[in-house]
Amino acid sequence: MMTFYWVSLILVSLGFTGLLFRLVKGPTIADRVVALDAIGISLVSIIALLSLIIETEFFLEVILLLSILSFIGTIAFAKFLERGEIFDRNNHN
Amino acid sequence: MRTNDVMLQTATKVVTFIILMFAVHIFFAGHYTPGGGFVGGLLTTSAIVLLMLSFDIATVKKILPINYVTMTAIGLLLALATAAGAIIFDVPFFTHAFGYFDLPLFGKTSLHSAMLFDAGVYLVVVGVTMTIIQTIGEDE
Repeated sequence: MMTFYWVSLILVSLGFTGLLFRLVKGPTIADRVVALDAIGISLVSIIALLSLIIETEFFLEVILLLSILSFIGTIAFAKFLERGEIFDRNNHN
Repeated sequence: MRTNDVMLQTATKVVTFIILMFAVHIFFAGHYTPGGGFVGGLLTTSAIVLLMLSFDIATVKKILPINYVTMTAIGLLLALATAAGAIIFDVPFFTHAFGYFDLPLFGKTSLHSAMLFDAGVYLVVVGVTMTIIQTIGEDE
């Protein structure tokens, strides 16, 4: 079973490398934002596999935390790209 | 043309409560597992920031009428009072006390006065980060 975890870790790391290539090379900003979002998801998988490998359950909170932060960061980037500002002052006028 | 982000707002109405519950969990679990006042405060701040992202600053101020500077002051006072309260019982500064109590709903519970210090840290972290974000966000 441990071999399976290590093989999965190597595969996810290869995907991570491809996402890093897209992050550096990406022609538009939207490509880079999507790459960052997917890098967050890959980090979550890497942490889950690592916590299986070193047999601890103290990393499970990091997984939820990282997904929340990745979600909020992607929304902030998307809103900045679309509107030009992150926080609206007042919508109802 | 006004953009309509109903998907973002509907998702926020669900996700905000999940983040807040996770913040409360990570705050109370800080004594035995990873977590504590600092991470809990940052998570609460991220929930409020998510509200501010999908709605606007005026709406968030209306639904959460909190003066965050006062919140920081209350947190500092709480931490200092927890540390100084040890002097009353003739023990050194910052000595904490704990005990096991039989609460009606929870059963046998371990209550520790470091929890109050952690609550002070929580209030300070939420107050300072929200003050920073609101001050930058309202800038013309």
